[in-house]
Amino acid sequence: MNNYSNRRFIIGGIFAFVILIFLIRLVNLQIVDDQYKLSAESNSQRRVTQYAARGLIYDRNGKLLVYNQAAYDLMIIPRQVKTFDTLDFCKLLDIEKDDVIQRIKKAKKHSRYRSSIFMKQISSERYAVLQEKLYKFQGFFVQTRTLRKYPYHNAAHTLGYLGEVNDRHIKKDNYYTQGDYIGKSGIESTYESVLRGAKGLKVYWVDVYNRIKGSFHNGRLDKNAIEGKNITTTLDIKLQEYGEELMQNKKGGIVAIEPKTGEILVKLSSPGYDPEMFVGRAMSENYRKLANNDTLRPLFDRSMMATYPPGSIFKLINALVGLQEGIITPQTKFQCHDGYHAGRFTMGCHHHKSPLDLKESIQQSCNSYYANTFRNILDAPKFGSVSESYTNWRRHVTSFGFGSRLGTDLPSELTGFIPKASYHAKQLRTKNWKSLNIVSMAIGQGPLLITPLQMANMVSCIANRGYYHIPHIVKSIGENNKIDSSFIKKNYTTIDPKYFDPVIEGMDLVINGGEGSTGRSAAIKDIEVCGKTGTVENPHGDDHSVFVAFAPKDNPKIALVVYVENGVWGSRYAAPIAGLMIEKYLKGEISKNKKYLEKRMLDADLIHTKKIKKDE
Amino acid sequence: MNRRGSLIKNLDWITIMLYVILVFLGWINIYAAVYNEDHQSILDATQRYGKQLIWIGAAFFIAIIILTIDSKFYSAFAYPTLIIMICLLLAVLMFGVEVNGARSWFQLGSIRFQPAEFAKFATCLAIARYLSQYNFKIHKIKSLFITGLILFTPAVLILMQNDTGSALVYSVFILVLYREGLSGFILLLVLLAALLFVFTLIYSSFTVSILIIAMAAVSFKIINVPIKQIAIALATLTGSFGTLWLINKGANLEFSNFSLVVISTILNAVPFLIYIYRQKITKAALILLILIGSLFYTFSVSYIFNQILEPHQQERINELLGIQSDPYGAGYNVNQSKIAIGSGGFSGKGFLNGTQTKFNFVPEQSTDFIFCTVGEEWGFLGSGLVLLLHLGLILRLLFLAEKQRSSFSRIYGYGVASILFFHLAINVGMTIGLAPVIGIPLPFFSYGGSSLWSFTILLFIFIRLDANRLELLR
Repeated sequence: MNNYSNRRFIIGGIFAFVILIFLIRLVNLQIVDDQYKLSAESNSQRRVTQYAARGLIYDRNGKLLVYNQAAYDLMIIPRQVKTFDTLDFCKLLDIEKDDVIQRIKKAKKHSRYRSSIFMKQISSERYAVLQEKLYKFQGFFVQTRTLRKYPYHNAAHTLGYLGEVNDRHIKKDNYYTQGDYIGKSGIESTYESVLRGAKGLKVYWVDVYNRIKGSFHNGRLDKNAIEGKNITTTLDIKLQEYGEELMQNKKGGIVAIEPKTGEILVKLSSPGYDPEMFVGRAMSENYRKLANNDTLRPLFDRSMMATYPPGSIFKLINALVGLQEGIITPQTKFQCHDGYHAGRFTMGCHHHKSPLDLKESIQQSCNSYYANTFRNILDAPKFGSVSESYTNWRRHVTSFGFGSRLGTDLPSELTGFIPKASYHAKQLRTKNWKSLNIVSMAIGQGPLLITPLQMANMVSCIANRGYYHIPHIVKSIGENNKIDSSFIKKNYTTIDPKYFDPVIEGMDLVINGGEGSTGRSAAIKDIEVCGKTGTVENPHGDDHSVFVAFAPKDNPKIALVVYVENGVWGSRYAAPIAGLMIEKYLKGEISKNKKYLEKRMLDADLIHTKKIKKDE
Repeated sequence: MNRRGSLIKNLDWITIMLYVILVFLGWINIYAAVYNEDHQSILDATQRYGKQLIWIGAAFFIAIIILTIDSKFYSAFAYPTLIIMICLLLAVLMFGVEVNGARSWFQLGSIRFQPAEFAKFATCLAIARYLSQYNFKIHKIKSLFITGLILFTPAVLILMQNDTGSALVYSVFILVLYREGLSGFILLLVLLAALLFVFTLIYSSFTVSILIIAMAAVSFKIINVPIKQIAIALATLTGSFGTLWLINKGANLEFSNFSLVVISTILNAVPFLIYIYRQKITKAALILLILIGSLFYTFSVSYIFNQILEPHQQERINELLGIQSDPYGAGYNVNQSKIAIGSGGFSGKGFLNGTQTKFNFVPEQSTDFIFCTVGEEWGFLGSGLVLLLHLGLILRLLFLAEKQRSSFSRIYGYGVASILFFHLAINVGMTIGLAPVIGIPLPFFSYGGSSLWSFTILLFIFIRLDANRLELLR
């Protein structure tokens, strides 16, 4: 035996003491304290989610773009369902008896004790009738939620749409439960956390007749919903609307940016769709229709997800790199005899006077000038090898935001493609490739791929003489005007500001240079517009028409790109549409002498006419 | 004499009956907790209650096997068993699957197995074996070191699996050590540390430091240090604190009030130590040491709390201490659990009539929060009975342990009782908001094969040892 056996009383005492405390606590919880009591056995509680009103979305001028409209979901708690008059019920909801049975089965599968949606989005008229008769149907109740409404039927890609959460969302963020809505694209998606607010919860006592008797435990378990914050976008909805009208019956996109801030004024992809199509019960059917059965791919946001070869507008970049590297000066002239000739190689050009200096080369969009400039950049002895000087050229080019995501606040932005030197080596199967091998890149052809958003950003860089703000869509959130600091930062290109002026002079000539100018149709009285046309070779059909521009020349207020697929020449559709957009934005209306041009653009149909032609 | 017959006669049937009652009650409550109208049969093996019945059957089988093994086996194989368990714990760290954030399960097909549950009885055996060695002296450095090694190795491995609850169970062995002669002073120190931890979190470190100093002053008086000396010490302490405070304010040094107290205490401790040395009052030196130690400990509590504990653990402790109240977040489980138990009233809502537990308000209702179902459906009568049955079993174990002639059996008995008590206290404590939410099962009640089997093994080894108490003196 040992001396410590008396300690058993201390240890036993500790054990008994703790259990005694527990018993006292239980007396307190279960007998003394009333707040935990549930009253009559027949009573039960109902938990009703308080859906937060989603934030509204405005355009830059305070015009409402997206708001909410009440909708009603009929909910079911299977455990509380008692036998009811199915005939009456079916008539109320206008459904078949089998359907009712199916829906109840589905709800049971989810949970017998928790509520789940029996029928989504009942109209308010039906809701009014249902509300009166609901006492007959135990286990059913109505939950209010909201649907999106769109006063303007534009900018669908940018605004985005809502959809029900899937298992992946629920797993990732436990805020969501089955049946919740989440932003699936556009602003609704990137600003989901701001717009959604926070769900609340109300717990009610309900009696045997399914009527609410009052708040459970005086609201101890309740939680108020917090409204989502409103968002003011940078969009100019009137201009957007006008742009969508101009682009009707054409494939392509427009992106317009305010160069000083990087704010996106217009961002459209044509053909588009009415945002209202993705609201409510019609959504899934409409989605299927647009996604699968439409060869024009209206869901595809061409402004950020289509990558095109830039064509002649890329000559501006090569001019700037040439100037920066001292390969050319504004006075440098090159000969052009209906094209560029090197040995047996020929790159055609239209007929114009020769030789041309830098300004004139932009005005005339001379291929030969840029073939010479580009090759001289690559063959410059100071870099040692073509590959080295190409890498240096690529450094300049990517400083304009090409070849990677710009980092805008919209989802699904694509990178485009500016090949690395190694890409050419692989394609040409030699390390010692020559500048002539890739000379098509001089005029924006070859493997280059750029999104319309990047093109607009390029013009923005030129308009700002050397820097850009990341293009963005949100101007302010809620009460405070703060936006992400990355949008306030100036991103400088590798080109010295002084080299932009000669190029801008050339862009001025493109529109206002008289004879030989490729973009005359974009001219506006009293406003100096600077631009550049482009015609992109398209092996699959008619060439694409592209035009970039900014205005006014000094103190630019808008920079934009218009891309019209199968528009043949830059001057045919893209330039006039760009001119009209600028005029609408800066002057508010189209001058009388351009009404004919406006009508021609509105009437132009590049989608259906072609089909008719084929049919013939 | 028929050996088998004498074994049955020697078994402690009171303990076995308590065990059977608890297991049976647990099963019924699991049935009620996950009751599903589509699967009403309590024998339906697709549901948890059906499965639990299978685990119970297997547990009885395991119990019988344990009783048939010779009792010498358990002390002889105490160390190898622990080593095997430690290997399993290591293996689960490498090959285990993660469930609810803890990598503590082996998965073999559809069967999952949690080695941490079984490490408890192995540790208990090893501790009993080590402490019962002939000529064992607990206060020798070597003894303390090896004891620590036996306890901390599995605890640390379990902690690495991110299963904090199961690791904390090992702290309860301090009661076993206390019974075997560990100084009560250490037990008090541990208690002091725990109290300081809680107080520091509730009140500011500054307030706690004043409290500590006041307690030290009282302790000095108790050991007959003249009141005049204590007054002088307190006066100089206050004086130096005031001076430091003024300097701090004046020079904008931004020391906290608490660190000023620490600095002035240390400054004052020097002359005081000299005084103590001259007067040869060793007890006073000890108090002073504890005073300074406590101050530093207080200082480190906020560090430990903020840096070492994980956010969810911090939240649970804050919620328990009432520092933070968030009935929908960290406090949700406990709040719901209290509502469920409280709504049961005196006699409960009746079997299968609980609404709180069935509405899925209470999480983990068949495992960690099974006590909610008891409280809701059986009321105070039921939950009180369950507590008393458990307490009865634990006290019975203490009673039997003291009757053992072999110290191995006695120590093992204390280990079993302590482990059961820790689980009971933490599990029930958390459901009624008296303990932090640490996910450990309620013995014999919670759903799950691993925990039921491990408690069965733990208990029946002792029952087997006890059956032999008259034959053996080890």
